[in-house]
Amino acid sequence: MSLTAKDVTKIAHLARVEMGEQDLTAMVSSLGKILAFVNQLESAPVADLAPMAHPLAGEVQRLRDDRVTEVNVREKLQAIAPEVVAGLYCVPRVIE
Amino acid sequence: MSLHTKSIAELSKGLANKEFSSVELTEHVLNRIQTHQPSLNAYVTVTRDRALADAKRADERRAAGESLPLLGVPIAQKDIFCTDGILTTCSSKMLANFVAPYDATVVAKLSAAGTVLTGKTNMDEFAMGSSNETSYYGPVANPWDIARVPGGSSGGSAAAVAARLVPAATATDTGGSIRQPAAFVGVSGIKPTYGRVSRYGMIAFASSLDQAGVLAPSALDCAYLLEAMSGFDPNDSTSVAQPVPNYVESLSQASLKGVRVGILKEFFAEGLDPAIGALVHEAMDVMKAQGATLVDVSCPSLPLSVPTYYVVAPAECSSNLSRFDGVRFGHRCKDPKDLVDLYKRSRAEGFGAEVKRRILTGTYVLSAGYYDAYYLKAQRVRRLIANDFAKAFESVDMLLSPTAPTTAFKIGTKHEDPVTMYLNDIYTIGANLAGLPALSIPCGFANGLPAGVQLIGSHFSESALLSAAHVYQRETNFHLQVPAAFS
Repeated sequence: MSLTAKDVTKIAHLARVEMGEQDLTAMVSSLGKILAFVNQLESAPVADLAPMAHPLAGEVQRLRDDRVTEVNVREKLQAIAPEVVAGLYCVPRVIE
Repeated sequence: MSLHTKSIAELSKGLANKEFSSVELTEHVLNRIQTHQPSLNAYVTVTRDRALADAKRADERRAAGESLPLLGVPIAQKDIFCTDGILTTCSSKMLANFVAPYDATVVAKLSAAGTVLTGKTNMDEFAMGSSNETSYYGPVANPWDIARVPGGSSGGSAAAVAARLVPAATATDTGGSIRQPAAFVGVSGIKPTYGRVSRYGMIAFASSLDQAGVLAPSALDCAYLLEAMSGFDPNDSTSVAQPVPNYVESLSQASLKGVRVGILKEFFAEGLDPAIGALVHEAMDVMKAQGATLVDVSCPSLPLSVPTYYVVAPAECSSNLSRFDGVRFGHRCKDPKDLVDLYKRSRAEGFGAEVKRRILTGTYVLSAGYYDAYYLKAQRVRRLIANDFAKAFESVDMLLSPTAPTTAFKIGTKHEDPVTMYLNDIYTIGANLAGLPALSIPCGFANGLPAGVQLIGSHFSESALLSAAHVYQRETNFHLQVPAAFS
């Protein structure tokens, strides 16, 4: 199974990455090579093994105490934002 | 002996005995950085004023009677660690204007230990690469031959340490990004057990694989930094609550007597440069002469580690990097026509080609219809690989292999096919998949370029790995070699 330009356009949209004609051609080729390479996993004898998402067995997600630990750094955070007006992060209009 | 060729132990002693001050040492280091930065490009940001202020404070603390081992010792931070008030770019255009609002735990801990911050080192963009060529700030040169790469992704830290521009540097390793550059530039580098060092404030690439570590000339130097960086952190939910051993002290009793070292059969197969193979065999002889028992070991699933990684790591990357959307921080495109256009063009402009490849690969393997075939399958193979390692550690104390199949290659020569670049990490990726600690130490020169030998241990066996490396480095002097142009 090989990837088409249409497939890659769809993936790029899902990933929210704009892709011009030239980039698309290069991406179809390199993604095709990467997928062909990882396809060797297909024949691995792993049907009876549980998927492994975390490298340390027995570690569980910890819960933290319900208390305030964060300090307010609002000014610092807004200082590095691309566009802030009246303390609000600005984006193009989404509701007409 | 010049200040820049002193080990951390020697620097610590010299500072304690008032042979030189931290300010003198730091000025020396900053001058070397200034001299050699144009040819190496090892730093993205040099924090001169901060360094001198840190040094002055360290001298005052020493004068007041404090004696922390790293007090006043200059270090560099890989530009993946957030540094409060200092540019933190991850070598990406996306973060070219990002001044971090807080310190990563690694940065805070090393500051508390009294180190002096000299700057932020260059790296592959978002730590995705094995040559430091994907950096928005340009490639880093290998001090042994400036036409060659220093390896990656921690190429700037590696080159800075190899050229003795700084006594030690932090680094991160998701698939070999500490060990492969260590091998390429002839320094020591350790990636500890997953969870040993906090990932808080370390910009995430693949969260189940990423781990912070150290690059420095010797294993003993690495031990000093690792001890200061390690430990439980409530801010990282995957940080492990285990006491941190006294790594430095443990090296004073280092011995290889009775240590069973497994020789990983699969990593001496086709594809390994025979000159590197010969050097690794010489290293095995040294260890044997020091009392180690060498045992042949097979982990048959290990050849599957690279394809497994190139499903798991891109999947996690596509999720982690979704936060870079041009809204709250980072690059934003000009005149977006709507919100989707803002996301798409900001990300297209902000990310380089390799980062996009990985985001798209990850998006694909996680997408409807392909998740089971790729992602779940890779997670099952990941368990197979982890099981192979676990079985090996039933009969040996640590595993030994070359660190990389080749020595440093020329800048610009591995761009045609991404898979060729990926295969550089064939010997290092397995340890990340299984969360194991691993280190690389220099074991000689093949055609004038450094080569490394890798030791992999069971979870939380950093002391044993550093001890074995320390014994080897007591018997050899490869880790003390400095490229002529930087001596």
